[in-house]
Amino acid sequence: MNVVGKARRRVDGRAKVTGQTRFADDLVLPRMLYAKLLRSPHPHARIVAVDAAAAAAAPGVVLVLTGADFPVAYGIMPVSQDEHALCRDRVRYVGDPVAAVVAASERDAADALSLIKVAYEPLATIATPEEALRTPEPRIHDYGEGPNVHRLAHFAFGDVDEAMAGADRVFEDVAFYQGNTHLPLEQHAAVAALDPDGRLTLWSSTQTPHYVHREVARALDLAAQRLRVIATPNGGGFGGKSDPFNHEIVVAKAALLTGRPVKITLTREEVFYAHRGRHPVLMRLRTGVKRDGRIVAMDLETLLDGGAYGSYGAASTLYTGQLQTVTYQVPRYRFRACRAFTNKPPCGPKRGHGTPQPRFLQEIQLDKIAVALGRDPADLRLQQLAPPDSLTANWLRIGTMGLGACIEHVVAGSHWRERRGRLPRGRGLGLACSSYLTGAGLPIYWNEMPHSGVQLQLDRSGRVTAFCGATEIGQGSDDVLAAIVAEVLGIEPQDVRLVTGDTDLAPVDLGSYSSRVTLMMGNAAIQAAERAKALLAEAAARRLQVPVERLAFAGGRVFDVERPETGLTFQEAVVAAETAHGTLGTTGSYRPPASAARYRGGGVGPSAAYSYSAAVVEVEVDLATGWVRVPTVWIAHDIGRVLNPVLARGQVEGGVYMGLGEALMEEQAFRRLPARLSRAVVHRTPSILEYKSPTSLEMPDVVTYFVEEPDPAGPFGAKEVGQGPLLPIMPAVANAVFDAVGVRVDEVPITPDRVLAGLEALAKGGPGRVGPAGFPAVPWPEALIVPPPWEGGDGRASNARAAAREALPTHRSGTAGVRV
Amino acid sequence: MNGHGDARKPGRGESGRVRLALSVNGERHDVLVDGYKTLLEVLREDLGLTGTKHGCELGECGACAVLVDGRPVLSCLRLAVECDGAAVTTVEGLAAGPALSRLQAAFADRGAAQCGYCTPGILVTAQALLDRHPHPTRAEIAEAISGNLCRCTGYLQILEAVEAAASTDAAPEGRAGRRRAVPRARRGTGQP
Repeated sequence: MNVVGKARRRVDGRAKVTGQTRFADDLVLPRMLYAKLLRSPHPHARIVAVDAAAAAAAPGVVLVLTGADFPVAYGIMPVSQDEHALCRDRVRYVGDPVAAVVAASERDAADALSLIKVAYEPLATIATPEEALRTPEPRIHDYGEGPNVHRLAHFAFGDVDEAMAGADRVFEDVAFYQGNTHLPLEQHAAVAALDPDGRLTLWSSTQTPHYVHREVARALDLAAQRLRVIATPNGGGFGGKSDPFNHEIVVAKAALLTGRPVKITLTREEVFYAHRGRHPVLMRLRTGVKRDGRIVAMDLETLLDGGAYGSYGAASTLYTGQLQTVTYQVPRYRFRACRAFTNKPPCGPKRGHGTPQPRFLQEIQLDKIAVALGRDPADLRLQQLAPPDSLTANWLRIGTMGLGACIEHVVAGSHWRERRGRLPRGRGLGLACSSYLTGAGLPIYWNEMPHSGVQLQLDRSGRVTAFCGATEIGQGSDDVLAAIVAEVLGIEPQDVRLVTGDTDLAPVDLGSYSSRVTLMMGNAAIQAAERAKALLAEAAARRLQVPVERLAFAGGRVFDVERPETGLTFQEAVVAAETAHGTLGTTGSYRPPASAARYRGGGVGPSAAYSYSAAVVEVEVDLATGWVRVPTVWIAHDIGRVLNPVLARGQVEGGVYMGLGEALMEEQAFRRLPARLSRAVVHRTPSILEYKSPTSLEMPDVVTYFVEEPDPAGPFGAKEVGQGPLLPIMPAVANAVFDAVGVRVDEVPITPDRVLAGLEALAKGGPGRVGPAGFPAVPWPEALIVPPPWEGGDGRASNARAAAREALPTHRSGTAGVRV
Repeated sequence: MNGHGDARKPGRGESGRVRLALSVNGERHDVLVDGYKTLLEVLREDLGLTGTKHGCELGECGACAVLVDGRPVLSCLRLAVECDGAAVTTVEGLAAGPALSRLQAAFADRGAAQCGYCTPGILVTAQALLDRHPHPTRAEIAEAISGNLCRCTGYLQILEAVEAAASTDAAPEGRAGRRRAVPRARRGTGQP
């Protein structure tokens, strides 16, 4: 390997340190106009009338848009097309946009917003999922699986009740995971303009230009081939820029109507309302174990606070359960999930999408089980790891599985066996594990086309250009693309020109979400590069009079491995190939393997490969204040293969950082104003000052270990690293707090007041537990019964009702065909 | 919610415009700006220096940090009219021609920039630290950049990059070393 595995400057490193990376708000076009959105001050209200006449006549104003201009609904998931770019008859959260002003300056637009008169008829607001379950009217949406219930799911992978009856112990825990938000440093921004030929171009800080392309075309009834979406480099994404957004559709419409470029940049407060972040989830988990702690069955219920729209919620709902089976052997598993609508900004995918919440509960419960059974928590896990190359109870196919090695690394590094339970009061160690997808097995909308495509173009100058729709959000997707092409062709990554994130120029890649880019784009890039290499090798072999199988590509040369001095420069090889074959271009495609899960809902969870992580977190708890300080984190990640150690380590440390923020301080929390102030449900902390996130002073030392067992599914064996390392951090912190002070905080974030409450309860002789008391009654539907592989199943549901549901065509295009 | 409100109205119109002389990255600019404009807005909108970023425009995130007479300031909280005659250094002024400064090269090589959005503010803040304390401790570096949020890196590779740039074995890119952010003659003027 000449490139893979070497610590290198990323290909876009120079642009980033010189300030030359062009983010969306850095774009300035001649005659550009500026848009601002008028947002609802009510969490739930009917729009009676909108009077925009005064705003339209205000200085500098060119255009005013309202919901009447946006008749077509859209949404990221085909099953929940429930958004309009501007609200038409109803607002559903404080911040829902109602009107837009487009003016000569941002200031003129902002001033004119105050001239728009909106008559609202306030409706009762629903602040929590519990309220949603007991408040059938008013309905936030007229669709869903119940009044104010967006999604319900119930899966039984084997007879869980029977297994529980045979368990030596059954542990039951309830936990709450508060919502939090991505807080990318770059606020969302978009610019739309007509090109000289009258076609529309939209530049946007989006992680998913292909999905934006589809949804903007749909919402504006545009022919998709007349719309070009360019994803500008994202100033941080973390999932928060994965939905098609109302502001993108507004500027696109405004550019079409005015014929001039139109820009919008959200304020920081607006970013908190755009949200699409971590769902608050209340959970109950019952786990039956044998005397030695072996799991015989798990029974999980989750209740998600979805906020006001569908967003990715149909998938998020299933992600709160589907990945619980890939770390440890779970012979039987029941999973029930409910996502409720509430009058708050919509929740969606944030790093780990739906999985950190149940992972938190599972890992703190394992810690309790270990304590109750007198086992070391590391040994409890090591004795029942899910085996490699196996199927899980819910029919996920595991390939390589390095969790055991991960646990051994962090146990050794932290001196876990000597130090856990033996540190002075106030100091403690906690261990937790996790797993994550390397790319979702299915696209957002059902189709059988590639998930990622790469085109290469080479010419006689020796230039190699790689085209791919993948989106650079800081994670290094551009670097991965250049590195893989360079590795195959024996050139340097800096010598590969890149055209990425552009729906006009590059083949489709589904976007930077679900940790899919390295594996999917990487495999497509290898295929394209191998095809180019074959063209070059054939021509070079003829030119050099050497058998083609003796040629090697390295160091910018194509040469005979037996006589290395006999060779061509890379450019000479391209000239030979262009002479022999004509204009040079190759393509590569990738689509994940078909899933073994053939039941309805089994489309969420399958992946070509799963990454694994284990972490030990050390904490120091101030007994007087409840303040938790983290001096050191040891984390091991099964990455398959490290492509660039600098970037891989950065993803791990960034995941640890973000996990510590979620564990200790970050909350997207809301409060209800008192009756004299309308009882509106408002964000408690919609500013960076109040929404606490860790600074350089809170960041601990992080000791990172990579477990490299190349996975056959990944490019050069690589699996994901962008999301997995966040997942063990929150439960490891909770477990460490218990080790330090004997307090169980079954709730995230673990704030000082919660630790203090636990300490006070302990002092009074109580159990020292802080967390939710119970789980509400949910009208669960009949179970979809899917026998596990070891009970004679075939991946399908076995009960009649399920069969009826499965008879629905799942391959049709359009809104109903998505398998989620 | 839309923060560009009435507070700015008094400075509006021709009468509110102010002529300023700014030295930005060593170049003199005479600009006529609205009195309400922040230094951030003048840099980005009037001078086209979009390397300096905004993350909140409330002084909370550090993305807009620039050096004014050698000291890091949040340009979103500083009115441009307060900077008349000042020497301003932005990220565009750190490199010596095409060659990256030692600090920039260390950031690029060591993963200190992921998405790159906080990077300009952190670079100038760290450069100001190194100009004053050429060999800072890790704690001093962490303290210096504690007002600059980064959501990608977890800060550790940033701290390492600053340490590497401060160590004697790190070389700037190309032959030319980094020029000081502020000409010596101006440094310390009016500063404690």
